[in-house]
Amino acid sequence: MNGQRLSYAYAVVRSSDPAAQRARSALAGLRGVADAPVALVRSGAAAAAVSAVPGAEFSEAALKSRLEDLDWLEATARAHHLVIETLAARTTVLPLRLATVYLDDSRVERMLAERQEDFTALLDRFDDHVEWGVKVYAEIPALSDPAEPVPSDPPDTGRAYLRRRRQHRQAREETWRAAEEAVRRTEQRARGLAVERARHRPQQGTLARLPGENVANDAYLVPRLAAEEFRDRMLHAADDLPGVRVEVTGPWAPYSFTAPLEGVRQP
Amino acid sequence: MTEPVPTRSTPSRAMSPYGESSGANLADILERVLDKGIVIVGDIKINLLDIELLTIKLRLLVASVDKAREIGIDWWEHDPALSSRADQRHDLKEQNERLRAEVEELRRKVERSERAESAGELPESGSGSSGRRRPRETDREPGAEPRRPRRKKDDAEDRDRDRAKERDRNRDREP
Repeated sequence: MNGQRLSYAYAVVRSSDPAAQRARSALAGLRGVADAPVALVRSGAAAAAVSAVPGAEFSEAALKSRLEDLDWLEATARAHHLVIETLAARTTVLPLRLATVYLDDSRVERMLAERQEDFTALLDRFDDHVEWGVKVYAEIPALSDPAEPVPSDPPDTGRAYLRRRRQHRQAREETWRAAEEAVRRTEQRARGLAVERARHRPQQGTLARLPGENVANDAYLVPRLAAEEFRDRMLHAADDLPGVRVEVTGPWAPYSFTAPLEGVRQP
Repeated sequence: MTEPVPTRSTPSRAMSPYGESSGANLADILERVLDKGIVIVGDIKINLLDIELLTIKLRLLVASVDKAREIGIDWWEHDPALSSRADQRHDLKEQNERLRAEVEELRRKVERSERAESAGELPESGSGSSGRRRPRETDREPGAEPRRPRRKKDDAEDRDRDRAKERDRNRDREP
C-alpha cells in the first residue's frame, strides 16, 4: 500500500454546477494535507474536496503512528482546516473529521452517492450559517499572592495573616461568581440569534497564552445575517464583570454541528 | 482547475470574511477536526476510538508531553475518570499505569469492534443509518469500560466547574 496514492476527503459540498464552480475556484492553487493539491470529486447531489495523498503516510498503519506525532498532527490538522475554511468562505460545507481516507476517488464517489440525501439535508441546514466559538475565561487571583506580607507592613501577626487569607479567598470566590454570571449571560445573549449550541471541553493548555482559566467553551450556529450582532453581544457580555473575559473565535465552518440529532441542544 | 486563483496559503491565513485573523489557535482547530466533523469511516479504517484515545496516547506514548500540554490537550489531567485525584498530578507513575490499563482495555475493544465491523462489511462505523452521529458515546457499550464523562450535559459541566472550585478551596486551606 505504501507506494500507492490514497484519496483524502476534507469536506462535502453541493455538486450543482454553480456550487461546484465556487468550490473549484476556492480550491484552485490550494495545498492540503501532505502538501497535495485539492480537487473536487462529484457524484449525484454531493461533491467532496479530495487530495491524492501518499499511502506511506495515510495507510492505516502509517496513520496510527503518525497521529501520535504531534508535529505531523499539527501540520495535518492545520492543512485539513485550511481546506475547509477556504471552501467555507465560498460555499456551504460539511467538514469531515480528520483523516477520512479512501482507496481512490471512485470509492469517494460511491460514498457520496450512498449518502447524498443525508448530506443534502445537512447542507440545507447550514446554508448561510456560521459557527462562532465562545469561550469564557476567569482570571482567578493567584494563590500565592496574599500569603506574602507586603514589605512595608509591620511584622505579620496571626490575625493579619488570617485577614489577608480571608480577603483573598473572597476575591477568588467573587471572580468565580462573576465567571458564572458571564456564562449565564453568554447563554442568554445567544437566544434569539443562535439556532444551536454545542459544547466543547474547557481548554486547559497554554498554547493560547491567554491569562485565566477557561470555564466555558461553547460553539453556536448563527445565521450569517446575525453573525456580527452575535459576536458583538458576546464580546461585551462580561464588560462590567471584573476578572472575567469572553473570547469569540470564528467564524468557523459548522464543525460542531454535524451530529444534529445527538449531542447538540437548542440554546 | 484552470482558474488562476493564487491561493497558495499559509496556515495563518484568515478565513474570516469579517477580517478577523485571531481565533484559530491549534487547540481550537484540534478540538474541531478531531472531535467534531462528520464521521464517515473511509477505506482506511482509523477507528474512532483511536482518535478518541489520541490525547491519552499522546500522554502515554509521545515523548513530548510538554508539547501536548503546550497545545492545550492536557485536559485529561483534570479528569477524574483519568486521574484518581485530579490534583495529584505528580503521581505520574500510578496514573500512567492506570491509563495504560485503560488504553489496553479500549484497544481490545477497538479490535473487537473492528472485527465486528469487517464482518458486517459496513462502509461506516457503528450505528449505520447515517454518517453523522455523536462521537464517542455511541461507540461504546454502556458500562463496558472506564470512560471520560462527556461534557455535553450541563450537570457534567457544572461538576467540572465545582470541581475546579473545590480544587482551589483545597489549595486555599493549605498553609
